[in-house]
Amino acid sequence: MQLELSPEDAAFRDEMRTFFTTEVPQAIRDAVASRQELSKDQIVESQRILNKHGLAVPHWPTEWGGQDWSPLRRHIWHEEMQRAGVPLPLAFNASMVGPVIAAFGSQEQKERFLPPTANLDIWWSQGFSEPDAGSDLASLRTTAVRDGDDYVVNGQKTWTTLGQHGDWIFCLVRTDPDAKKQRGISFLLIDMTSPGLTVRPIELIDGGVEVNEVWFEDVRVPAENLVGEENHGWDYAKFLLGNERVGVAPVGSTKRVLAQAKEWARATSYAGGSLLDDPMTASRIAELENELLALELTALRVVANSADGKPHPASSVLKLKGSELQQAVSELVVDLAGPASLASGAGDGSSLEQWQHRATPAYLNLRKASIYGGSNEIQRQIIAKTILGL
Amino acid sequence: MDFTYDDEQEALREAVRGLVGKAYADFEQRRQTVKRDPGFDEALWGRLAEMGVLGLPFAEDDGGMGAGPIEVGIVAQELGRVLAPEPFLTSVVLAGGLVAAAGSAEQRAEVLGALSAGESVLAFAHAEPGSRWEASATAVSATQSEDSWTLTGVKEPVPHGARADLLVVSAALPDGGTGLFLVSPEGVARDGYPTHDGGRAARISFDATPATPLGVGGDATAHIESATAAAVIAAANEAVGAMQVALPTTTEYLTSRKQFGVPLNTFQSLSFRAADMYVSLELAQSVALWASMVLDADPASAQKAAARAGLQVSRAGRHIGQEAIQLHGGIGMTAEYSIGSYTSHLTALDHLLGDGNHHLAALSSAVGGYAEADPLP
Ligand SMILES: Cc1cc2nc3c(=O)[nH]c(=O)nc-3n(C[C@H](O)[C@H](O)[C@H](O)COP(=O)(O)OP(=O)(O)OC[C@H]3O[C@@H](n4cnc5c(N)ncnc54)[C@H](O)[C@@H]3O)c2cc1C
Repeated sequence: MQLELSPEDAAFRDEMRTFFTTEVPQAIRDAVASRQELSKDQIVESQRILNKHGLAVPHWPTEWGGQDWSPLRRHIWHEEMQRAGVPLPLAFNASMVGPVIAAFGSQEQKERFLPPTANLDIWWSQGFSEPDAGSDLASLRTTAVRDGDDYVVNGQKTWTTLGQHGDWIFCLVRTDPDAKKQRGISFLLIDMTSPGLTVRPIELIDGGVEVNEVWFEDVRVPAENLVGEENHGWDYAKFLLGNERVGVAPVGSTKRVLAQAKEWARATSYAGGSLLDDPMTASRIAELENELLALELTALRVVANSADGKPHPASSVLKLKGSELQQAVSELVVDLAGPASLASGAGDGSSLEQWQHRATPAYLNLRKASIYGGSNEIQRQIIAKTILGL
Repeated sequence: MDFTYDDEQEALREAVRGLVGKAYADFEQRRQTVKRDPGFDEALWGRLAEMGVLGLPFAEDDGGMGAGPIEVGIVAQELGRVLAPEPFLTSVVLAGGLVAAAGSAEQRAEVLGALSAGESVLAFAHAEPGSRWEASATAVSATQSEDSWTLTGVKEPVPHGARADLLVVSAALPDGGTGLFLVSPEGVARDGYPTHDGGRAARISFDATPATPLGVGGDATAHIESATAAAVIAAANEAVGAMQVALPTTTEYLTSRKQFGVPLNTFQSLSFRAADMYVSLELAQSVALWASMVLDADPASAQKAAARAGLQVSRAGRHIGQEAIQLHGGIGMTAEYSIGSYTSHLTALDHLLGDGNHHLAALSSAVGGYAEADPLP
């Protein structure tokens, strides 16, 4: 047991902090801080800056741009990035398909895809979920039938996040209709400009359009785009989802929003003082801070124990509690905005603050955090089954 | 104490449901209506006027129907059930309620007559940048010269402020206190925009704008407090209506959606959560109906009852709204499907007139003054 960071790790933290706050453009970090939707260009620009300095995919194998850091350093990198308001490297690239290709892809696939994936020259989308295959992902029905050197893909994916920007989509497809559920699934990389592939936007309750339906009608995909072995896609998906779970506990960004919320409360007058002096508001903030602290400590403790590269089973705790706290902080911000939280559609001429305009859309949007990446019910099931043996 | 509605009240419910419930039976109809300005259906508003709904709480002498908070609650519930965007709560109950309470006989006849007839939409311009549901105004001030008054300052957000034909405006008085004024919006700078739940709000900027004091003028803080309390109780009823639909929408989804080869309601972890939603709804409904009865029987103690209803409904609305989306999964996040809009509207109702902790603060400051919280006066 030791509380302080070693001098080397402390120096590493300072280095990260300086880099993120000086190299990534202020305009991008301000957009993150004011909880605006980022443009594709902003996300790409930010990731390319990180990648140029070896900071986009440090968890990949070193020959493909990884850094061979200790789990603690990886954690510091991740937290400092969020603290500085730097958009995280696109998860579909950095945390999902990249590690899968690096672990299970052919040498040709690695050479062809990994460098542009790290640099966000290719924007990947995740084509797993289908209308009837959500939590029960293995019941997916999109088919890929071998025809000469190609697979012919038919079916529909849905909830495809930022699919409107996608260049390529990694999909789970059924290649053996006769095998039992998990066993007939393959992992296929599909060029989204292929004929027969259509992307249709889905409007969400905050008015934003960040998810899509993706339709496949006789889409021909070269067989060389199969990752690993045919009918083994489920194994790769499980590997990917384990990584996703760790990546989606946004402790750092939740801490940042909560710190901002304190400033917003301080600037709001209430009962002759500021809203931060209000005991009910202050105690609510203190309790959230305490829970976030507990979560961050757990992340550090769990991270230190996942030496063999496999996610610690307690990573489900991070996803479950991390999303709950993210949602609770967003709810706090709506309450801080008070009557101004209704003004979500106000334009530039508004006399209310930008954070007040954004409060409710952000709250509504974040309801998704307990649904995607394996819903919180599914996380509880994992905890109950794999940790508690129930 | 008797929670049952009489025949006339049931008939009112049937009539409103027959009109509004039918108009928005298809959620897509509501979605299209809120996409276009003014954000509600003017024709439906006219038919509500014909039915007497827009004059429901006002005296017959003022052109109204002379009904009470129970009837207002029934209408609010019915509107809430289908998320009807028509501004009954903010225009009739709140703004109209202020005119009824503070207006002169002449003002009441004219303003409430036109409101009841569906000829004029009223808005209460009260919230200000930096305000938090206080009864007072500070950002807009009133100035008197000889017999005439003018207002200067900014109000935002004003529910339906851009569409309104007439504004009731709160303003700081030169000698202290908060006055109420009628303002014709002609020539007033108004920037309207949609709210997250499909409603409408506006920034309204007054610049030496001519204004007419409501009634005898002077400090109207007490009127604002009591009209707000009545509106909180109506809003609680509207939220109860919304929750009454959000719950079965969710349970029906749980029984029809299949994952892992079985309907979702097979998973007790989900059906128990629906049971908890039911518990929240029942408690909220009890307090909302009770508060309506208190307002009817003893308007003097309505403020505390309103705070109790506001608190209970805020907590229930969050619980039910959040769980309704969660139990739906991804589909609950989409604008096309209804349930997310229920959550959005419950959130708006929660923050329109004071959220749960606002009401809790008011109740907390008074707990030392009595022994037990009794339902009977
Ligand atoms: C905003 C957003 C972005 C997304 N982005 C992507 C993406 O980019 N790519 C992609 O492939 N997918 C994406 N998803 C899909 C996401 O992974 C699914 O929504 C998720 O798996 C849940 O599936 P479902 O929506 O079909 O809900 P369902 O599986 O139908 O679940 C409905 C409810 O039942 C619960 N439930 C289900 N099974 C059980 C059980 N056995 N026990 C207890 N409770 C259960 C769920 O937890 C949920 O509360 C996204 C979803 C959202 C909302």
